[in-house]
Formats: sequence, C-alpha cells, structure tokens
Amino acid sequence: MAQHTRTVPAGTPTEVTQNHVKGGVGESTLRPDGTLKVTGEFAYSSDMWHEDMLWGQILRSTVAHAEILSIDTSEALTMDGVYAVLTHEDLPAAKNYGMEFQDTPVLAYGKVRHHGEPVALVAADHPETARRAAAKIRIEYRELPLITDEASALAPDAILVHENRDDHHSGHVPHPNIVHRQPIIRGNADEAAKRADVIVKGEYTFGMQDQAFLGPESGLAVPAEDGGVDLYVATQWLHSDLKQIAPCLGLPEEKIRMTMAGVGGAFGGREDISMQILASILALRTGKPVKMVYNRYESFFGHVHRHPAKLYYEHGATKDGKLTHLKCKIVLDGGAYASSTASVVGNAASLSVGPYVVDDVEIEAIGLYSNNPPCGAMRGFGAVQACFAYEAQMDKVAAKLGMDPVEFRRLNAMEQGTIMPTGQPVDSPAPVAELLRLVKARPMPPERQWETAGESADVRALPGGLSNTSHGEGVVRGVGYAVGIKNVGFSEGFDDYSTARIRMEVINGEPVATVHTAAAEVGQGGVTIHAQIARTELGVQQVTIQPADTQVGSAGSTSAGRQTYMTGGAIKNSCELVRERVLEIGRRKFGSYHPAWANAELLLEGGKVVTDGGEALATIADVLEDQAVEVEEEWRHRPTQAFDLVTGQGNGHVQYAFAAHRAVVEVDTELGLVKVIELACAQDVGKAVNPLSVVGQIQGGTTQGLGVAVMEEIIVDPKTAKVRNPSFTDYLIPTILDTPTIPVDYLELADPNAPYGVRGIGEAPTLSSTPAVLAAIRNATGLELNKTPVRPEALTGTL
Amino acid sequence: MDFLRPASWEEALAAKAEHPTAVPIAGGTDVMVEINFDHRRPEYLLDLNRIELLREWEVGEENVRLGASVPYTRIMESLRAELPGLALASHTVASPQIRNRGGVGGNLGTASPAGDAHPALLAAGAEVEVESVRGSRFIPIDEFYTGVKRNALQPDELIKTVHIKKADGPQQYSKVGTRNAMVIAVCAFGLALHPETRTVRTGIGSAAPTPIRAKEAEAFLNAALEEGGFWDNGKIITPSIAKQFADLCSGAANPIDDVRGTAKYRRHAVGIMARRQLGWTWEQYRGAGRTLEGAA
Amino acid sequence: MRVNFTVNGRPQEADDVWEGESLLYVLRERLGLPGSKNACEQGECGSCTVRLDGVPVCSCLVAAGQVEGREVVTVEGLAEYAKDREQARREGGACASGACGTSLDAAKKWEAKPGQDSQTGEGVELSPIQQAFIDAGAVQCGFCTPGLLVAADEMLERNPSPTDADIREALSGNLCRCTGYEKILDAVRLAAARQERQEEAV
Repeated sequence: MAQHTRTVPAGTPTEVTQNHVKGGVGESTLRPDGTLKVTGEFAYSSDMWHEDMLWGQILRSTVAHAEILSIDTSEALTMDGVYAVLTHEDLPAAKNYGMEFQDTPVLAYGKVRHHGEPVALVAADHPETARRAAAKIRIEYRELPLITDEASALAPDAILVHENRDDHHSGHVPHPNIVHRQPIIRGNADEAAKRADVIVKGEYTFGMQDQAFLGPESGLAVPAEDGGVDLYVATQWLHSDLKQIAPCLGLPEEKIRMTMAGVGGAFGGREDISMQILASILALRTGKPVKMVYNRYESFFGHVHRHPAKLYYEHGATKDGKLTHLKCKIVLDGGAYASSTASVVGNAASLSVGPYVVDDVEIEAIGLYSNNPPCGAMRGFGAVQACFAYEAQMDKVAAKLGMDPVEFRRLNAMEQGTIMPTGQPVDSPAPVAELLRLVKARPMPPERQWETAGESADVRALPGGLSNTSHGEGVVRGVGYAVGIKNVGFSEGFDDYSTARIRMEVINGEPVATVHTAAAEVGQGGVTIHAQIARTELGVQQVTIQPADTQVGSAGSTSAGRQTYMTGGAIKNSCELVRERVLEIGRRKFGSYHPAWANAELLLEGGKVVTDGGEALATIADVLEDQAVEVEEEWRHRPTQAFDLVTGQGNGHVQYAFAAHRAVVEVDTELGLVKVIELACAQDVGKAVNPLSVVGQIQGGTTQGLGVAVMEEIIVDPKTAKVRNPSFTDYLIPTILDTPTIPVDYLELADPNAPYGVRGIGEAPTLSSTPAVLAAIRNATGLELNKTPVRPEALTGTL
Repeated sequence: MDFLRPASWEEALAAKAEHPTAVPIAGGTDVMVEINFDHRRPEYLLDLNRIELLREWEVGEENVRLGASVPYTRIMESLRAELPGLALASHTVASPQIRNRGGVGGNLGTASPAGDAHPALLAAGAEVEVESVRGSRFIPIDEFYTGVKRNALQPDELIKTVHIKKADGPQQYSKVGTRNAMVIAVCAFGLALHPETRTVRTGIGSAAPTPIRAKEAEAFLNAALEEGGFWDNGKIITPSIAKQFADLCSGAANPIDDVRGTAKYRRHAVGIMARRQLGWTWEQYRGAGRTLEGAA
Repeated sequence: MRVNFTVNGRPQEADDVWEGESLLYVLRERLGLPGSKNACEQGECGSCTVRLDGVPVCSCLVAAGQVEGREVVTVEGLAEYAKDREQARREGGACASGACGTSLDAAKKWEAKPGQDSQTGEGVELSPIQQAFIDAGAVQCGFCTPGLLVAADEMLERNPSPTDADIREALSGNLCRCTGYEKILDAVRLAAARQERQEEAV
C-alpha cells in the first residue's frame, strides 16, 4: 500500500467543536453508497426506467459552421413507433439557455456554430427506431467560413460567431469574437525587466482535454399531471439547471421537480446542461416518460471540454535567483458557445503567475468564440493551462541561472502574506516551499524495475507496456517537479452559497439526524462527509442522507473544490442551529432540575446533552420526545470582488489551494514512448475531513493530469473544425498500466476562514501533475516540449 | 435485421450461400462496435458462436491448424511454443475481456491494416482455409489482404481455419501505441527466423493500406546472413546489417498521417522495432538471449 | 426475436429483442439488471464486464442472440457466485494448480438467492472483492466498479496471490476516471490477503 503521511503542526486550529463522536469529522468513514455501488444496485441516470417510456434521440450537425437552409422531418414522422420529431420551430418558449451567457440554442436555428450541435430531436419506442428516424431527417446547410483560432477570430474581415451580443462582457471586449478579456497590471514589468540578469521567453500549447467521465449524459423526464415535469438527471448543480430549464419549457420553476440520479463522474463536464431540456420537451410534447442516453461518441459532443490554450510567457530573474517580472498572454479557445469561458479567463489571468512572488506583472488573458467545440469547466478551470506554462518557465529560468529547479522555486515561493498580482493578500497558510521539500525528500523508486528474477524482461514495467516494444533498449529515466496554485470556490463577486436542511428527531428511541441538501454527489464522497459533519455537530450515530433534489435550496455546484467547504459549511451551520434549538427545548423542559442547563457550553454527544465537563444532563430522546427540530439555512463564504477590467485588481478569490508533484518517468527515447514510474504528490488540505477520500481525490486528480501530459487530446481538424477522435478508441485515458504509484503527503494547515479549516482539495493535484511529467520527460530527453500531450512524434522528431 | 444461428458449419455455409450479404459475427469485437455506433446495419447477422470446430486447434507436424474463433487468450496461453509470434501479438490485443472473445478469424475477416494478428501471420507464414458450399480452398496469407479492409474472400465464403507454420526458430512481435495497454496499433512489426530454410520473414501492420511484408528487407537479410555464414557461426549480427535491415523495413512501409500518428513516425517506428526484434530473435537463436515466454 | 438464457442462476426470457441489441442492452433495459454499465459500448472501458459461461467479456460486444442457452453472471449475482464457489472449494474442489476457475457445471448449479433490500443495500452479503472495494476506498463515482469487480474476482479465482503487475495486467481493460487506480490496487491486494487468511483458517 502506498504510504501516506499526515503532518499537523502544533497549535493548528481545526475548530472541531465536538470531536468525541465515532464516525465524525477527521475519520476515514466508509461511503454510505458503497454497498449499493458494489452490488450494481445504485441507480445512475442511465439506469432510470419507466413503464411505457420512449427514447429520445438527438440529430446533430455534421458541419461546424453553416446556415441552416431547410429541415425536412416529414419522412421521419411517418415511421412506426415514432412519437415526435422536433426542430427549433417546435420549442415551447425560450430558444436559448446558458449558465453565464444565454447564447446556446436548445435546437439550432438560423445556423449551426460547431460540429455536433443539436439540430433536431426524435422520440420513439426503441432507441433503434429513434436512430432510424433521426437518420431520415433531411437538413440542408450552406457552409460558412470557419473561425478556428485567434488569427481567424480577430482578422479584420472575421465573420462573427455571435452577432448582436448583449451579454455582460460585450461592452468591454475589444472584439465580438472575444468572450471576455482580463488584463492584470501590477507594478511596472518593463522597469523591472531592466533588473533581470536573464530573461526567458516561451510559447506553450495546451491541448483540448475531455472530462471523459464514464457515466454518459443521460436521464429520464416524466410528464406530471400538473403540466410540469419530473426530471431525474446527473448534474453538478441542480438549481443552475433548473434556472436554465424553466424558461425554455415556459414553466414556473416549481413545476419542474428535479431529482439527482446517480452521477457517473463529472469533473466539470456536467456543470452545463446536456439532455435536460430536450428530454423534458419530448416528455411534455408526447405525454410519455422519455429516457435519453448519449453513447460515447455523442458524449464527446454532449458536454464542454477543457479550453485548449496558447500561452506566451516572459520571465526575468536576477542572477541570485529572484524573479523580477512576468509578462504573459493567455489565449483560451472557448469554442462556439460561452459556457463558463469568462470565469475561466478570470482564473487563468489571476493565477497566471503561479505560487510565486512576482511584484511586477503584465498579464492578459482572453477567451475566444470560435467554431471549435464549446469549452467550459473542467477540474482545474483555467489554472491548469497556466500552471503548465509557468512551471515550464521555472525550469527554463533555473537552467539558465544554473540553479536547481526545486531550490529556485523555493526561493521564489509565495507564503502566507504574499500579495497576489490582483492585489489580494494571501491570508491563510501557503506552504509552497514545504510542499516542494516534501516531494523532493521522498526516496526515489528503484531503477530498472523491468529486470525480473527470471531471464525475461517484464514488459509491463517498461514504456510500451504489453505492446512489447522494448526490453530496456533506449530507456532513459527523468525526474521533474512542479507546483501549482488553484482558487477554491466561486470568485469575482459571485454570490456563492449553499443550503442545508437538517432535521433531528427520535426514531425507535434513538436520535436520528436527516441531512437534506441539493449537493451533487459525483463520486467525490460528499455524502460521506455530510454524515460525518452531522455526527460531529449533533452527537448522533444515525444520520440519514436524503437524495439531492430541488425541494431544498441550492447547494451551488459540485465544482471549484468548493463542496466540502460550502455544503459542509452549510451543514455545520444548520446543525449548530438545530443544536441550539434542541438545547433550548431541553432548557425549557429540564432547566429547573439542574443548574448546568443554564451553562451556555452545552454539547450534544453520544445521543445526550452533556456539559463541557462531560456530565450528561439528559438524553436527546428525552429532550425531543416526539418533537422534531428542522432548520434550513443558506450559508455563504466571505464575499469576493470582481477584478477591475483594466488593472485586474480586486480581492477576487475566496481561498487558495496548493499541491506539488515529483514525477519520475522512463522514456523509450527511440520510440518516443513514456512510462511514468511514480508521481508523488504533496498537498495542503487544510483539514482532512475524511483522510481516505482526500487521498483518493489527490490520486484521481493526479492521474487526470498525467493523462493530459502523455495521451489525452481532443483533436479538432483545423480545416473543418470537426472532432477527429470522438471515441474511447482514439481519445485515450490512462489505464491501470499507465498509472504509477502515487504516494501522497498531505499537510493540514487550517484556513481560519473555512469550516474546520478545510481547503478545497480536488483540483490542485490536476494542475501540477502535468507539468511535473513534462519536466521529467524533458529531463530524460533534453527536448524542449512546449505542447501537451507529448506525442511520440515530438520525442522522435517525426512530427 | 435478421439473426441467423447456424448450429453447425454446414448450416453456416448454407446460410452464407443463401444470404451472401450476411455479416459473420463471432467474438463481436468489431461487428458490435459498428452496430452500437450505427456505422453498419447488416441485413443478416450470422452467428458463428455455436460452431465448435471454429474454437478448436490442432498441432500437426508442420502446421498449427487454428480455428478461426480460437480466442486470443487461448493462443497466448496454449500456443506460445508453436506460435510465439502470434502468441505475443495476441497478448497485445486490446484487453483481457476482448482477448477472451476475439480470434484470428475476426482480424482476417475485417482485414483492417491495424489488426494485431496480421504481422505475426505474415512473418510465420500461413494459409487461410476458407470454405463455401462450393468447396474449400487455401489462400496464402500473402495473397489474402487485397485492400484497405478488403480480403480475398468470396461473398459466400467463410473463414474456417488458419494453417500457420510451426515456429522453427525465434519469433518476435511488437506494436506501438500511445498507451501501455489497450491500444490500437499506431504501427506493428513481426519477425520470424526460419533456420530450417535459412530465411527470415517479416510482417508490418498499420503502416500501409494492407498488412505487408518487407520483402526487400527480408531478401537483404537472407543474403547477408548467408554470405556471412551467420546461420552456422552464430556470430552477432553486425550493426551495419541490422541498420540496413531496419532501414529497408522502414522503407517498405507506406503509411499515412492520421489521428493516431504521422506517416513519418510510423516509418521511423517500424525501423526501430525491426532492429530491436532482429537483436532479440538473433540473440535467442544464438542461445544467448532471453526467452520469449515472459513477454507473452 | 426471443432470447432464452440464464442470468445469475435464473432462467430469463427476453422477447421482441431487436437483432442488433447487445447483451448489455438486454440486461439493462429488458431484464432490470442495470448493474453492468454502459460507459463506452465499444469494448474500451470494461464497465459492462460480465461472465459468459464463466469467461469475463464485454457484454456490449456480445450480440443478444449469441447468448441463447448460455450462462451469464453479472455484478448483481457476484456475491452469491463467490459464495457458492467458496462452498464448492471447501467441499473438496481443491485446486492444485492455483488456476482452478469455475467449471461450467459448477456455474450451472449456482443460483441467486432472493431477499435483498434493493433500496439500501443493507443486509446484503458481499463477496470478498466487493467488501474490499468499499473498505479500501476504491469506489468513487462507482461507474467502473461493477466491471472491475467482475474482472478482479475472476482474476483472484485464477491467481489467488497476484503481484501488482499481475493485477495491473488483469485490470488493464477496465478504465476508471476517478481514483487513479491506487485504491483499486489496494482493494485487490486486500481481497487477496483476506482470501489467503480465510484459506489458512480452513
């Protein structure tokens, strides 16, 4: 088993108010949905089934940019078993939706803007009938010029991807094909550059990554008697979906009852709407339940991807190793619809310096509209692309100075108190240097692990693996380091809150807490820690987690590493209110029998009301009897500010998270094949509410970073803007044979502003793992390698 | 769509004669992907799973008679000694689940240049036994592949067995993919030494419209080995011979640029694999090398 | 067409099956057994892994008509399958080679037992590999879990003391996007160790 160490410096405030509870905060309790998931009983969105249900099927555009001249559905409509064939003309209300910009058509009208855009919709009694009917819909296109990159987007005669923009960024962007532009100017980079003894410039390309969650977009819409719809879907944010669905159905929100079905992974890819509106429209139109399930091909068109990026960086440093300045430009391709591009731009800009002290900066990030696939949220959200570039730069500067790359980083590492380029002070621990020290201090994995006791080489331990390409020939080892910074929670002035409804009652003589939130459990283990927090705060053993739905207030998104902080915080807060109410009832009932009831420091522990000295005053059962206490409250993190549109100044972020990696790779330098041998991570997690889950998140995030380093990329043909590899045959994600040992060290340096001191953990490891692997490959090969993923061609000069 | 379930080989041949457009399905690892993704809607599916003889093999004096549906898993477990190249190739096929279902007949029927078995069959030397109600015939493997995803089968014929020459010397197989398991070949290479005839044979996959042999490279190496008396003296092959052989293999490739790799890389990789495999097989021939067993 | 076959020990009949349907579709949409997952439907992810006459296969690539008369075990039946295998082993089916597998006859004798609470999963007896996945934290979103469990259980049946490389190779056809596989390795090691302890006890 991999080693995991945990370091808690003395005096760290972790603010656990009640910690004598079994299964509470800080323990590795097991998932409450574990048994269902290992027996196949857990109901994912694609498992939904209803008597008499129909199957929905989308017909998607075969071209990337075109005027729609005509759509003929007549032949499809005549088929047996077909219940509805719909186009934009059949839409009941609003024709567009979107999270930040309402720019995405429910079904394309006028024109299509990317390959695979939904154009028509079928409901039929069998998926094959639906597919055959969809194939009979005739669409006539007139193709339009393509916008595929910065040059074509900003050319003087560039066609506009969206005409007549009226969104909140349209007023300040320099060109209508720019979704959002965020500059950050601090100090004077030109002046500071004069102090530099070395200047390093680099140009970097980050490929388009897919979330590749395994559970495809899917769900079931059931028409209700009140004219509304019951919707069972897998999403990251029920209430954001609801807000977008209602106007498109022309229904009040209360007539759309959403229940979270099982989510087969998300990673940002379910933050936007996929089939929700379409299935609902079909259900309302046919009066029958409608199930939709994307297949893997369609899934590649069914959700936004990680923004591909071009990054131009210039760093300077003095010969004693201090960074003087940074100038950078980051161009993110948002594709045909905005999704969360504007926020990704804000993140990329504000985190473009990395976890380093650089006082003089000149930063610009832009997000483009293009005819490429729409891009939006994915784990790491704008910080991933920047980290790839600045970490490559750090190695180059260190090399130019003749310094050790880790020592150079540590010399420039930020710490608590550092001022971000946005002017925001970092007001909680930022142990960047320590994280680097931890990964560097780990023992190296043994060399030549393919040499077995027997005569033969174990190809499973070699680059190429089972493909038997090397028995050790051409194999060179390399080591690389990287560290990154990620914001946690929603930034730039967004009113970010979560809601928790907590009920406490006595069932069969035992106090039971019920936790009801709309938080999406996407695999991260939210349901596990929700129960832990309720146990800790309410001193009960039995906690019931209600399914997430829209019958309770919004929990916000399961993204941005925010859910343990935010919904955890909301649950803690609501539990504290429940506790007060329980104590109040107790005081009314029993206050006259024992003076301790007047003492304010009463706790709930082991099903009893106890004093802080441990004296039991009454059982919760006696206090509550048949009375139930229920609280539903919203809970907010401290407010943030928008970034100034000219200077980028502003306290834009809630919290920062840090992780560092050391990658050890072996490269077959002749064939250009890479095997990652070990990918050690050190991360500050603030407080490990569930250590087992923490390590699982770090290892999972690390592996997604590894994927993008060596294999993952959605390849879009620049001539047609069509996706060339929408399948798991050609979009490769790491198998268990590609994934190394991932030893984890985590620190628990509490953030005094966060509940229990927690720090969002899911995203940071995805940042630094990619550049660490790249650095290791560079170390092994001596090549510059400025693009992800590193293809064998790039390592063998055969591009 | 109709699903035909012949219970015997004779019934299968009759069905194929009656419905020449019927698509045979055995392991399903190609056909079902096409059906699931709506790339193909055959009028008839002809299920071969019930036909026991397709799952059998027989080791003869000279050849192994390999049923078209013998799963790759069986080949890598049971035929390592007789068919080391094909056993190695089988081990590189997709995943354990796929190797449990797929067989050489499927690779031949689909005739994709990326099929993993082809280079091993070409290098070992094989004949494909095909049959129809009209009778059976043997198609030499060199004549089997006729174009991209096309083969020498007549519409009423089914692949019954493949007769593969038993190894009389070391064989190797490698493929390049950008993942350490479960990957389609960017390109593949197979090499077999045939000491009895003092010849070598090669096979190249995914680097030309069809699987091919590098015949010029074979001829060069055959001559060079003969000339230097290498078969008898067992000397180490000189680097210049190895390089020339690798270059000729590389030159035999006629690849394209596609989403899996560039033509330039494929040509390069074929050369590297050829050189390495020549080293491995020759070392084994000399009795100094590692066995192949561990890798299969 | 109609297809008759056995799933988890019970005879099943599926009617009006379209000839292009996969075994996976029939299990999920016609027989109410959605435990086998539909992640890629192209044999690349292993989420739909079931045992077909004892052999692990991707059920998405088996045509429904091909399973006529055959035996299928899915994740829903894994616990009972493992239990009956253990029972059979204790009753003298010792395996000298360490690669005993389950004979077709043994598979045919096996039957699922009703009476589980399908709502909460409580009261469910789990196979060692299922329990180990929960205990080791190998389950996150869980979509890959059913296929991994079927594959890992079969590997431990053939190879009760696998090395890490053996585990990686045996599970290389099962993609997981959440865990980074470390805890899946932990789980398989844990199940192997528990199995070994159990055997020593017997």
